[in-house]
Amino acid sequence: MLLIRRFEERTAEMYALGKIGGFCHLYIGEEAVAVGAVDALQPDDYVFSAYRDHGHCLARGSDPKRVMAELFGRATGLCKGKGGSMHLVDAARRFLGGYAIVGGHLPLAAGVAFAVKYRGGGQVVLCFFGEGAVPSGACHETLNLAALWGLPVLFLCENNRYGMGTPVERAVALYSDVAQNAAAYGIEAGRVDGMDVVAVRDAVGKAVEQVRTRQRPYFLEAVTYRFLGHSMADPAHGHYRTKAEVDEAKKRDPLLLLRTRMLSERLATEDDFKRIEQEVAQVVREAVEFADASPVPPVTALEDGVYI
Amino acid sequence: MPTKVTYREALNQALKEEMQRDDRVFLIGEDVAYYQGAFKVSKGFLEEFGSRRVVDTPITELGFTGLAIGAAMGGLRPVVEVMTFNFAILAMDQIVNNAAKIRYMSGGQLSVPIVIRGPGSAAHQLGAQHSQSLEAWFCHVPGLKVVAPATPHDAKGLIKSAIRDENPVIFIEAQLLYPMQGEIGDGDYTIPLGIAEVKRAGTDVTLIAYSKMLLVALEAAEKLAQEGIQAEVVDPRTLRPLDLTTLAASAKKTGKVVIVEEGWPFAGLGAQIAESLYRRVFDYLDGPIVRVTGRDAPMPYARNLEDAAIPDVDQVVAAARQVLYRR
Repeated sequence: MLLIRRFEERTAEMYALGKIGGFCHLYIGEEAVAVGAVDALQPDDYVFSAYRDHGHCLARGSDPKRVMAELFGRATGLCKGKGGSMHLVDAARRFLGGYAIVGGHLPLAAGVAFAVKYRGGGQVVLCFFGEGAVPSGACHETLNLAALWGLPVLFLCENNRYGMGTPVERAVALYSDVAQNAAAYGIEAGRVDGMDVVAVRDAVGKAVEQVRTRQRPYFLEAVTYRFLGHSMADPAHGHYRTKAEVDEAKKRDPLLLLRTRMLSERLATEDDFKRIEQEVAQVVREAVEFADASPVPPVTALEDGVYI
Repeated sequence: MPTKVTYREALNQALKEEMQRDDRVFLIGEDVAYYQGAFKVSKGFLEEFGSRRVVDTPITELGFTGLAIGAAMGGLRPVVEVMTFNFAILAMDQIVNNAAKIRYMSGGQLSVPIVIRGPGSAAHQLGAQHSQSLEAWFCHVPGLKVVAPATPHDAKGLIKSAIRDENPVIFIEAQLLYPMQGEIGDGDYTIPLGIAEVKRAGTDVTLIAYSKMLLVALEAAEKLAQEGIQAEVVDPRTLRPLDLTTLAASAKKTGKVVIVEEGWPFAGLGAQIAESLYRRVFDYLDGPIVRVTGRDAPMPYARNLEDAAIPDVDQVVAAARQVLYRR
């Protein structure tokens, strides 16, 4: 979680310096969801994400150097500089991307689950998406198919309250219980505090186990909050929410909650946290150095990889 | 001995043989299993392959096309039947933003070996929403291959290549072609994607036509022959990648080109073919390339209006005379 936090902070700095371009959506505030959820998976399970995907990719174990290099648009990036911030892919870790049309990757996740079931495999597909995707046709068509065909997908809805600047209560009819959208298809659903990494890991662990053994989808809503703006173009609180609201949410910073808990339960000491902080700083520093020193992709490669 | 089968039977054979050959190949779409396909292309499939591999879907093109794209990412070789390509419009986001781009965006880590097939173009009086030639939409997108065979032989050989291809392939059939008969090759043959074929040799004028319009062009060539005009008819068969070498060779030989397409004229595929030919063989042409296209309107229902909206033999003959300056 600390790695994601520091990585994202440096990403913001690099964006300000012009090293990173385009749309860039930071995960700060939501780290406990990716970390807790991915921790409950097996290495051969699959993960899909939307466009706010740096955290999921890092949580899955991708090399921060190659993630940062991709953000820099360098040849050494995970996708050779062809993907960018919103399209990170690390196939070796079964992190299948990084999709930037809201709701558009849900059918893909169900399709990989279909392939798993077709081949008689035991893997589970974990599909992250925001609450902003829930009203989309893609979401509902996918929920219907996944329920109809008993596909092993865990739909993990990261409800950070805002689809860009539109709050959930102005976008989702069943806003007070988003998971009810899945219940309409007979999909078992639950909700978890997305700021509590242990709670997320427990809930996802149970859900994944259930998906795996029963071969049925599951829909889990993780209630979370994004501390920064929608993207780098959006100030932390903009016109659609107040500073007071953001400050209030920050009292339940997932890193703070975990730290407090670990200290009080004597699972770690202040020294441990200092050491971890230093280690993470080193990793992030090296990631930036690697990205900055990496070559840009050759222009001759522009049309490579369109077809096989 | 070559055998004579319908276009429908040729597809049925090819799909069946591919499914027998490779367990990863499966058919998914609306009414493909119990109903045996809206146009009976998958007749007998459910019985032979079972519901694991012949998958009926609800009427949710976005959902099942996207799901099939995911299945391809997951190692399978899906064949998606869209009941007609009009309905593929609902799945355009999945086709354009996912199928076509995933390989590129991932820096080559992922691939999407999928075939999306079904009938395009008009049949008879099906109205504006069921009578569209949308190949230009798909041809515009890098990452997609687009195939539109006109004969049973080509349909069988090309669908097999499409299924074995590692890229997403849009395979456009035609409702009015399904009952057409033709000789097909023996056994397990394939026709490579991206190769045009001269369907009738000639020296005076080149007629370029694909899918249903090939039959119109061939008939026009017969008529022209009666006037002593030897038309060469070339079928690109694959629309992307386009076999410009073969098309250009014919254009160079005759110096006169007519392109026949059923789709709308503005930004239609013929415009692209013409531009590509101008760049390659401009100096060899005796005059401007003439396009015969569908009319620039949604397809009308009334029979006479519909007939007038679709290129016919007389229009192609007239266009050939025009490029030959024989009005």
